Amino acid sequence: MSSSARLARLDHKGSPYLYILPFFLLFGAFGLFPLVYTGYVSFNDWDLIDAGAHQWIGLGNYRELLTDAYFWNALGNTLSIWVLSTVPQLLAALWIAHLLNHRLRTRTAFRMGVLLPNITSIVAVTLVFAQMFGRDFGMVNWLLGVVGIGPVDWQADTWSSHLAIAIIVMWRWTGYNALIYLASMQAIPHDLYEAADLDGASQTQQFWRITVPMLRPTIIFTTVISTIGGLQIIAEPLLFAGSGTPTGGSDRQFQTIALFMYEQGFREFRFGYASAIAWTLCLVIALFAIVNLLLTRRIADEE
Amino acid sequence: MRLSRTVRALAAATAAAIMLTACGDSGGSGSDGDTVTLNVNLFGNFGYKALYEEYQQANPSIKIKESTAAYNDHHRDLVTHLATNSGAGDIEGVDTGFIAQMREVGKQFTDLGTERESEYLPWKWQASLTADGKQIGYGTDVGGLAICYRRDFFEQAGLPTERDQVSALWASGWDAYLEAGRKYAAKAPAGTSFFDGGGQLFNAVIGQAPVGYYSEGSTIVVASNPEVRKAWDLSVRAIQDGLSAKLIGSSTEWNAGFAKGQFATIACPAWMMAKIKDQSKDASGKWDVASVPGGGGNWGGSYLTVPAQGKHVEEAKKLAAWLTAPEQQAKIFTSQGLLPSIPALYDKPEIAEYKDPFFHDAPVGKLFTTAAKELKPQYQGPRTGDIQTTIRDGLVRIEQGKQTSEESWTQTVSDVERLAK
Repeated sequence: MSSSARLARLDHKGSPYLYILPFFLLFGAFGLFPLVYTGYVSFNDWDLIDAGAHQWIGLGNYRELLTDAYFWNALGNTLSIWVLSTVPQLLAALWIAHLLNHRLRTRTAFRMGVLLPNITSIVAVTLVFAQMFGRDFGMVNWLLGVVGIGPVDWQADTWSSHLAIAIIVMWRWTGYNALIYLASMQAIPHDLYEAADLDGASQTQQFWRITVPMLRPTIIFTTVISTIGGLQIIAEPLLFAGSGTPTGGSDRQFQTIALFMYEQGFREFRFGYASAIAWTLCLVIALFAIVNLLLTRRIADEE
Repeated sequence: MRLSRTVRALAAATAAAIMLTACGDSGGSGSDGDTVTLNVNLFGNFGYKALYEEYQQANPSIKIKESTAAYNDHHRDLVTHLATNSGAGDIEGVDTGFIAQMREVGKQFTDLGTERESEYLPWKWQASLTADGKQIGYGTDVGGLAICYRRDFFEQAGLPTERDQVSALWASGWDAYLEAGRKYAAKAPAGTSFFDGGGQLFNAVIGQAPVGYYSEGSTIVVASNPEVRKAWDLSVRAIQDGLSAKLIGSSTEWNAGFAKGQFATIACPAWMMAKIKDQSKDASGKWDVASVPGGGGNWGGSYLTVPAQGKHVEEAKKLAAWLTAPEQQAKIFTSQGLLPSIPALYDKPEIAEYKDPFFHDAPVGKLFTTAAKELKPQYQGPRTGDIQTTIRDGLVRIEQGKQTSEESWTQTVSDVERLAK
């Protein structure tokens, strides 16, 4: 019987590792390896079109990046679009979740409905929005015209293009965040609200004094996730341009970092420089995620 | 119901193995028994649909699958596929703006030999020839240059509508074209402008210069070539006179501009006629074609290449040669309007006397072959396509009122220098 006991012990110790093995294999192949390889490429002058001819240049790409005005421009655009989309998005999501949690008929239909924008193809969504924000025949300009505001060339200006892109992002992600908020709202013990009712607290007071503080971990989670996603935006500005050029408008007014990386990698074929941008973006995101975590934790603590 | 632990462990291991092998399996190759599938990747409209049928009937073992993408996307995809040495089609279309870039990496393409050299316009043949004498692409069409215009809009604006009179309006050059534009603008039908966009006007004007963005030695001369600055200034003047519909070439808004009739004239290489027919189907008979101010010129035109990474290089070469053969080029001219790159065809009656009913029976055969014969070929360097886009963006900045001509020019020049890095 000792052999079967040994087998059982091996099984006991080994099988958990076996269960999680697929994830680590896939992560290694599609996550870790590209990450490390990109790091290696970023220290080279690497010509993509010339069958990957390359030469080690150390930190050269990073040094160039820090003095590249177009990089800083892209960074600024990314942050601006991120703030414009994330802040209203999360506030709206919170409010929608609150509505869905309480007083609606056919709640299930609405709960499913808010997720619809998220499962629609990003390309389709962006193309439709790009048409709506069209200069000559767009619906938004038509509506503005009805109330007497002159047509806006949405692509032309920095503020207008950022606003339009932020709206596309919001459209896709508000419902998703609302569902996450809703899920954790439902985990809040109901007796808290009953007690508040007995004490005569209003709906608004209950929302700010009970719901929001109890949602603290979820709010931190969604903020961090939205930050990671928001700083990587590429499809929206690329397709918003309508001409397929990755420069983000005539004056790079809506070129994000990810789009800048795409331009350098797949138009200039400077694979090394693009990899340096990718790594810098990764560091920027990590930095923002940490700052965000600290900030949201403090804000939530003060409640 | 409990499974033994060993069974569960085994199941997990099997699942992992299946996932791994599933990821390793790539898509099927093109051949299936006796039939060979050839993938043809193109941009815009080459007008080959009917020809594929014909070829497949004559060669039952060949199946042709065409995919098309937008102009910029297509060329970017092709380069990516060349770089990774996988994913390219058996035949890939390449535009004049990108052929020099492909020529630089000639080893990625199959040598198509020298047999057909005598058929082609010499400059068309040269442009796809690598430094070591390898031919990477069969020319399909050349652009030539004319002006397409809307008869109905001209009439409403009180300008002549007959093509000879219209040609005479600007026979003396581009300044006369702008003059006609100002007359048009004074009485223009609501919602229309004289031409489509500054970038496209610029392309036409620079296409007529003996030297464009590159000197023969493949040095970029955008900043120093007076012809570039002349074309820029002319485009800026046209924009400042309010003649531009401010549409960006190859954009969705531009496409809509054809359908909605937002502009009265457009610089019209032969392939633009195919574009007009595609985008403004119900404007048949309203368009007409006049000659271009400033003499012959070229804008665009394409090649068919056979990437070396393909699995059916021989079959692909045969198909590419057939699609670009004189008989087929002649058919495509009469069906789509794409101007042949084989000069022997220019004197054939079915080409030279061809009149296009869509363009109010304009003698497009005569117009374009005459223009092609007069054409002064211009040397194209590796980044021609991207330089064109950069200059277009510069003109768009002026159209959008973001910058003055001088500010935009300075930025454009430095952006072009950046491209050369």
